[in-house]
Amino acid sequence: MDCISADKKINIKGLVCPYTFVKAKLAIESMEIGQVLEILLDYEEASRSIPKSMEDHGQKVLLIKKINDSDWVLFIRKDTD
Amino acid sequence: MDFTDDQLQRYSRHIILPEVGGKGQAKIAAAKVIIVGAGGLGCPVGYYLTAAGVGTIALIDNDIVEMSNLQRQIAHNVHTIGMPKVESAQKTFTALNPDVRIVPLRVRISKENILNLIKDYDIVVDGSDNFPTRYLVNDACVMARKPLVSGAILRFEGQLTTIIPGEGHCYRCLFEEPPPPGLVPSCQEAGVLGVLPGVIGGLQATEVLKLILGKGETLKGELLMYNALNTSFRKVKVPRNPLCPVCGDSPTITELADYNEGYCTLS
Repeated sequence: MDCISADKKINIKGLVCPYTFVKAKLAIESMEIGQVLEILLDYEEASRSIPKSMEDHGQKVLLIKKINDSDWVLFIRKDTD
Repeated sequence: MDFTDDQLQRYSRHIILPEVGGKGQAKIAAAKVIIVGAGGLGCPVGYYLTAAGVGTIALIDNDIVEMSNLQRQIAHNVHTIGMPKVESAQKTFTALNPDVRIVPLRVRISKENILNLIKDYDIVVDGSDNFPTRYLVNDACVMARKPLVSGAILRFEGQLTTIIPGEGHCYRCLFEEPPPPGLVPSCQEAGVLGVLPGVIGGLQATEVLKLILGKGETLKGELLMYNALNTSFRKVKVPRNPLCPVCGDSPTITELADYNEGYCTLS
């Protein structure tokens, strides 16, 4: 799992929906196809909604991982412009 | 485009749409739209385009706000009665979204000034209430090759169409000449349901945003008609007329004219 390397990382801890996805989407938009975005978040609902929305928008969810009591990390690969 | 925190919040429901996103919102912010008329149609069009964050919105209108406007012209209110409509609407729109630059143009549109007025804008919206202006705006947009979103309302019926010069029909392909003065009553003579311009203006604003974003299908080559009494929409195809006097293959109208003769110019 640790072999996934991110091209860009964002920390959206403290944000709630829809701003979690707004920030994640703007980050993905600014990247190239094939690059990987790492997202650190602490809003549980977003750990489910961001992957779902990213898939809906044509991106690839590589990993969803709870890393401690409060935080999740997501790895999303940009597949669609 | 770098968004401020306020802008991220304000435009969040746009940004999360796949068809808009941050890139689309940046296009909206860069767009310049000019609206002819700050009345029944111009108010909701301007209001929604302001909310959407269109960068620059110009409003052309020479009238002042009257009590009889308030049943449908939602940018004006009792405190702005007596004020030029363009200034009243500017106050309302700026209060909604100070990011948007509102350009109030208190002039009567004419063949002398129209090309100069529209030249710096990407899209023209016709929300005028009379045939002379409607034909003048159409002819000017064809000559200047400006996209035009044209709307009209009367009683319980409204219609709209999107004209992209060089790609489809123009207003004269639909109706070659203005009707004779007196044949078609004005809103003033025949009345209009106050909410009707909200429906048609909302549709016009939607057309403008799709043109800016380059997404979806617009009413290019089509006329949409709405009947509020039966709650029915009807869409008809409007082919470009190769014999059209202004956008046809051998146009006979090559200079703008004013068509005010015989028309009541009160609004």
